[in-house]
Amino acid sequence: MADPLGVESDEEECRICEGEYVVLKRGEVYKSVQVEKRKKVIFEKQWIFMDNAVGQLYGSTFEVDSGGILNLRKPKQDEDSTDNKEAGLDNRHIVDDGKSQKLTRDDIESLKEQGLKGQEIIQQLIDNSTTFKDKTEFAQEKYIKKKKKKYESNVTVLKPSCRILAMMYHGREPGKICHLRYDTLAHMLTMGNIHAGSKIIVFETCAGLVLGSVMERMGGHGSVVQMYPGGGPVRAGMESFGFPSHFHETLHEFPLCKVNALLSGTLNLDEKDMDSQSEEGSSEPQSMEVSLDPAEAKKREEREKLREQKAQEKKAKLEEKRKRLAAAAALLEGRNADGLVIASRFSPCSALLCLLKFVAPSRPFVVYCQYREPLIECYTKLREQGGAISLRLTDSWLRHYQVLPNRTHPVLLMSGGGGYLLSGITVASAASGAQQKSSEPAAKRIKLDEITSTADSSA
Amino acid sequence: MSFVEYSEFIKEGDVVIIFLGHESMMPIKVEAGAQTQTRYGAIRHSSDLIGRRFGSKVTCSKGGWVYVLHPTPELWTVNLPHRTQILYSTDIANITLMLDLKPGSVVCESGTGSGSLSHAILRTIAPSGHLHTVEFHAQRAEKAAQEFRDHKVAHLVTVRNQDVCKEGFGVVGVADAVFLDIPSPWEAIVHAKKAFKRKGGRLCSFSPCIEQVQRTCETLLEQGFGEICTLEVLQRVHDVRSVTMPLVYLGPEDGGPESAKMTTDPAAEEARPVANPGYQSVTCRTATPPREMAGHTGYLTFATKPRG
Repeated sequence: MADPLGVESDEEECRICEGEYVVLKRGEVYKSVQVEKRKKVIFEKQWIFMDNAVGQLYGSTFEVDSGGILNLRKPKQDEDSTDNKEAGLDNRHIVDDGKSQKLTRDDIESLKEQGLKGQEIIQQLIDNSTTFKDKTEFAQEKYIKKKKKKYESNVTVLKPSCRILAMMYHGREPGKICHLRYDTLAHMLTMGNIHAGSKIIVFETCAGLVLGSVMERMGGHGSVVQMYPGGGPVRAGMESFGFPSHFHETLHEFPLCKVNALLSGTLNLDEKDMDSQSEEGSSEPQSMEVSLDPAEAKKREEREKLREQKAQEKKAKLEEKRKRLAAAAALLEGRNADGLVIASRFSPCSALLCLLKFVAPSRPFVVYCQYREPLIECYTKLREQGGAISLRLTDSWLRHYQVLPNRTHPVLLMSGGGGYLLSGITVASAASGAQQKSSEPAAKRIKLDEITSTADSSA
Repeated sequence: MSFVEYSEFIKEGDVVIIFLGHESMMPIKVEAGAQTQTRYGAIRHSSDLIGRRFGSKVTCSKGGWVYVLHPTPELWTVNLPHRTQILYSTDIANITLMLDLKPGSVVCESGTGSGSLSHAILRTIAPSGHLHTVEFHAQRAEKAAQEFRDHKVAHLVTVRNQDVCKEGFGVVGVADAVFLDIPSPWEAIVHAKKAFKRKGGRLCSFSPCIEQVQRTCETLLEQGFGEICTLEVLQRVHDVRSVTMPLVYLGPEDGGPESAKMTTDPAAEEARPVANPGYQSVTCRTATPPREMAGHTGYLTFATKPRG
């Protein structure tokens, strides 16, 4: 039985520290920022200094004043004190002529400049509205809610989690994550059986969100090998999770351009792909002058030392890179990974068929694609070559509800789509494709009389 | 084998999943000397399973063959013996994400039911978390406890046979997350509050009926929960197949003299060659939806209990 954390360490873990990644929240809007003192961050058209957040508990809500300074709000200090006794029954006499609000935009601006808090501005708007008292109670609530959204300048500071970051990316920058909706991501993590202690191969171009999500589910146990196209792996989204440093030790990377070499056993770890840079040091023209000026000679000596130092650093970096490449290759070579997760803007088929070779038998894999056809291609090729069963092409439908007394209904706007998933389980690769367990009905044969009937012209 | 850790080879006492073909699987408990009958013949545990690699092809006595798979909570969900209506992986995946579950999480769940969600939670919170699960039906509680033992996850879970609405979860101040799948979840909210750690956590209530959802949301609001959000999620499967469609014959293109087809000679019509110009078709690879699909399982209501 796991013991609960001692209250003290529980508290410590819950306090915001400088340098940590947090998520700012206002309503349904989220933004990931790093806490740095004396540095401005912009959130919802406001400049904010994070200084006063340091040392406070995660989950705290702050009021942002006109200078961008955060002021801690007490939890009880708020809400719904507006006990409006007067309300109408329906809107038959309410005319929307745009003139019911007596305060002008300038009036409101000056209220803001006077330093009035959001709640006070809203009260001013209510007091200066000619139609407010005629609205129904429901309409009044809706009005207040709308004004709160506009004028409140609170911000809550949250600890990052997969849920929060997935919702943030989907709401703010879906293009960066191939329009992966958070319920589809949830599916990937579950269908992929991502859990502590496994070895997972990840290939994603979702800014590191998928990578971070996999790492969160692994809890620092096991290992993750991130395959990357191009020069280097993208991990910005992963950094936003704010993992403790030991999590990073489980993370490896391997370039896709070397996968074929690894599979054929011809991987050369000493390959210099930084050729242009390593030559830079030696291509500097050797000074041919022999100056007898001691100051000049000293300067040359110093330059030499600096050059040597740089060359040493370069060498150390290359060695480090070589070690990391070897470590990643060792993890892959065993061809016994416990799972594969693909979510990228690249055509998935070739990557999938190739990377599956590194996965042990009886392990799940998931491939996300924004579009359906590439996954149909993957499905077809996998059925042809064998080695995978329980292939399923799915997408999910997500709908939010407004639940209020006498006002419960689905929310008006809904996500149109969240991408597609192909999932399956590896099996010991069959020698022949002949013994396939067919899961599709045979393509329907055209009956002969259907064809001949089209040719029968009227007599 | 365990439901929270992969292994390579099958041992006696393991629970494995036999894959017989499309949408056809069965779980079996491996016992030396035992046999399992399938439509392809008998599987002899000692020779066909013990010591074999997970994912291998196993030939049965009649000559047909099957695959033997390592169990996962997802495979278990579609193969477990139902004692109650269960949660399927679509809802389970979203619950896992929205409750912020991860290794080390402490979770309180009621009712245990057939253990479908329980196994998924255990997989996610292992090796350092714990699941406190409450089931008011004595036999179901015992069956669940037995299955957790068989699946080598008993060290991560405590099953309690009691009524969560009256007695709570049996623990206080330990939970990061609380899950409710009971007829009257609003009655358990107060107990749920006590189960959370001081820093608060995430709550989820699953209810098939909207009236239940309304009462639950009302109670959550009264009890000081925030970020209350209700949603539903459904999965659509796309059946990948080749589809052939005939092309319509529109007559010869240049409008010129007809080919042999248009003769008025009845004898000639009957003797018409099979490969006439009208017989053309296109085949495309596409995916079609199933005829029917699950349209509703339940509404998922999530909320955050703040520090208190």
